[in-house]
Amino acid sequence: MSDKPVNHARAAEHFIEDAPHLQFHDERLWDMRQKRDAQMHILPEWQELREEASRIKEHTLSRLPEYLEQFETNAKKNGIHVHWARDGAEHNRIVGEILKAHNARNLIKSKSMVTEECDMRPYLAKQGVTVTETDLGERIQQLDDQLPSHIVVPAVHKLTADVAKIFAKDYHTDPNIRDPHLLAEAQRQAARPVILHADAGMTGGNFVVAETGTFVVCTNEGNADLSATVPNLHIATIGIERLVPRMADMGVFIRLLSRSALGSPITQYTTHFRGPQKGGEMHVVLVDNGRSARLGMEDFWTSLKCIRCGACMNTCPVYRRSGGLSYGAVYSGPIGAIIDPTFNERKYSTLPYASTLNGSCTNVCPVKINIHEQLYKWRRVLVQHHEMPFVKREIMHMAGKLMGQPRMYRAAIKATEVSLGTMPRFVLYNWLNPWGKHRENPHPVKQTFNDWYRKNRQTTKPAAAPETKK
Amino acid sequence: MPCATFRANRAEDEYPLMKIGLFIPCYIDAFYPDAGIATLELLEKLGQDVEYPLDQTCCGQPMGNSGCNSDAAAAEALFVRNFAKYDKIVMPSGSCTHHVRDNFDAIPQTDEVRHVRENTYELVEFLHDILKVDAFPWAEFNHTVGLHNSCGTLRALRTASMSELGEKPFSKPMDLLSKVKGIRFATPKRPDECCGFGGTFSVTEEAVSAKMGVDKVRDHHQAGAEYIVSADSSCIMHQQGCAERAGVPIRFIHIAQILNGASQ
Repeated sequence: MSDKPVNHARAAEHFIEDAPHLQFHDERLWDMRQKRDAQMHILPEWQELREEASRIKEHTLSRLPEYLEQFETNAKKNGIHVHWARDGAEHNRIVGEILKAHNARNLIKSKSMVTEECDMRPYLAKQGVTVTETDLGERIQQLDDQLPSHIVVPAVHKLTADVAKIFAKDYHTDPNIRDPHLLAEAQRQAARPVILHADAGMTGGNFVVAETGTFVVCTNEGNADLSATVPNLHIATIGIERLVPRMADMGVFIRLLSRSALGSPITQYTTHFRGPQKGGEMHVVLVDNGRSARLGMEDFWTSLKCIRCGACMNTCPVYRRSGGLSYGAVYSGPIGAIIDPTFNERKYSTLPYASTLNGSCTNVCPVKINIHEQLYKWRRVLVQHHEMPFVKREIMHMAGKLMGQPRMYRAAIKATEVSLGTMPRFVLYNWLNPWGKHRENPHPVKQTFNDWYRKNRQTTKPAAAPETKK
Repeated sequence: MPCATFRANRAEDEYPLMKIGLFIPCYIDAFYPDAGIATLELLEKLGQDVEYPLDQTCCGQPMGNSGCNSDAAAAEALFVRNFAKYDKIVMPSGSCTHHVRDNFDAIPQTDEVRHVRENTYELVEFLHDILKVDAFPWAEFNHTVGLHNSCGTLRALRTASMSELGEKPFSKPMDLLSKVKGIRFATPKRPDECCGFGGTFSVTEEAVSAKMGVDKVRDHHQAGAEYIVSADSSCIMHQQGCAERAGVPIRFIHIAQILNGASQ
């Protein structure tokens, strides 16, 4: 993996140039935010639910090893095989071995961000396993060879025409289809035979319940249920942070998840997997992949509370105008910007800066992750670790010095006023001035406030030195 | 001058009297001096004893927000030297207040520093919460305005209710503006969406920033606003630049100017 920092700003600029896509993307996600708000207003206990969810997650994370072992014990009692994967490579190896043992060549799977983290599809392809995504959006992204751009609606950056073009190539449908229903039907026709003849099915897991040794998968298309139950072999790949202690806790999280994500009261399918079906086999692969290390980070461990609802993306004005792919990472948007640097600090060093720190993400987060405060803290960490471009670092260094010296500062202000008032336009607006690319500069003024005060207040009312505070 | 009348007749008796240090952020000093003058005059009309230390520069926010916190030390130390002697420090800027109150930690946290941090107020909250101003008899503004709450005032200082939380609606700036004669309000579709300024974000993420700004000013314009009024001139500077370039006919004014009696 290249360590070259992601150029979010340039990718975003490119995204913005395409007006129809940008407008759809912004409005579609804003609509999801508004539907979420409507659901929130229906539930007077919304803030209590958030508080409770946050408390449960923090408690669980603080005793993660105990609860994980409790889950393992109980899951085994239920006839589930439990595997532990330290990282992506180990995860892929485990999955590959399970498939090999069953001589499984065709794997159908529902959406799982963890398998994206592990980059599992290329690994399995090399082993001769054909992987077919069954979630519509995820399938579109698979066919287009792109990462999901959103953790809930992976192809939200695409318009109907884009999907028609992709399906025409792979499913030989009419590239001019503009009716989403026809495209969904094309996907159904293409996917059903694959599902019926699959050797193995894979799902993620939204929640893992320690006391019952069971796990819960939430989808809207029912594709996870097909993936899990049509073949005899079901493998579930789940991050170790997805744990909750008790079944009763699900009452809190299920109420929050879909309301936060799509603004619907509940996902269409909320399935509790309690063990293998008759004659079948069930495997759970618990993946660490950096989570334990994150748990040890004082300022950032609460990012592990995330239930992957995407509400922070939907509300983020930067995400809505730059698209998920501009983050160049498995996780995009505000939550991505605080998680991704834990995977590769240099590569994702730009992402905590892809934010105005407006704080809307923190307010919508159903588990109360202080996302914008973590973005702020990440910037400090990245500068301490020398992950800020040299020029920007130097500019800040010089600005900091200047701000400590009032006389030099005054001279600099004067110079700015003079140049704004006298320089020709082509000098003020060029590539050296990113501000002026899509914006006018502020207007020069006749006198600064400081000048005005010296003239209008100092002469009439000399500033008497006030007493110094003890 | 009418303000003298008010000072003599009522303000001094009715509002608590304090020694106030006035901080004028760099971009107001350089580009929006009228907002600074209005802030000073308004506080004087309300009977306050206000001083502006001449050697002030910046609160340290740009360095702090960029993650270069150690580079904020000189600005923060100077800020404390300038303002430690005052009872209250008032500034017509939400984001600077947020920095001083919540993130001002590049220097050792002495008693003086703590005093400064605990007694720094953004103008609207100072008028609303400390002075509890109940009237601006000199103010009349016969225009339709759209209120822009900066994210600093909205989500950090909490001067208004936030749409994401579903809390009972309240707005300190609206409370104050409602006391102005003749003023009318336009309601944009996304009232508390960030305008995209974000400090250095406006330069490092220029494209997204400018797009957010254009969307913001169009939203206000389509809602019928003649003016965008805000307690933060940094947002105004950015939005004004976007509006002028995109040709959106809308004007900008700082809330201090309206409350101080500006007619346009």
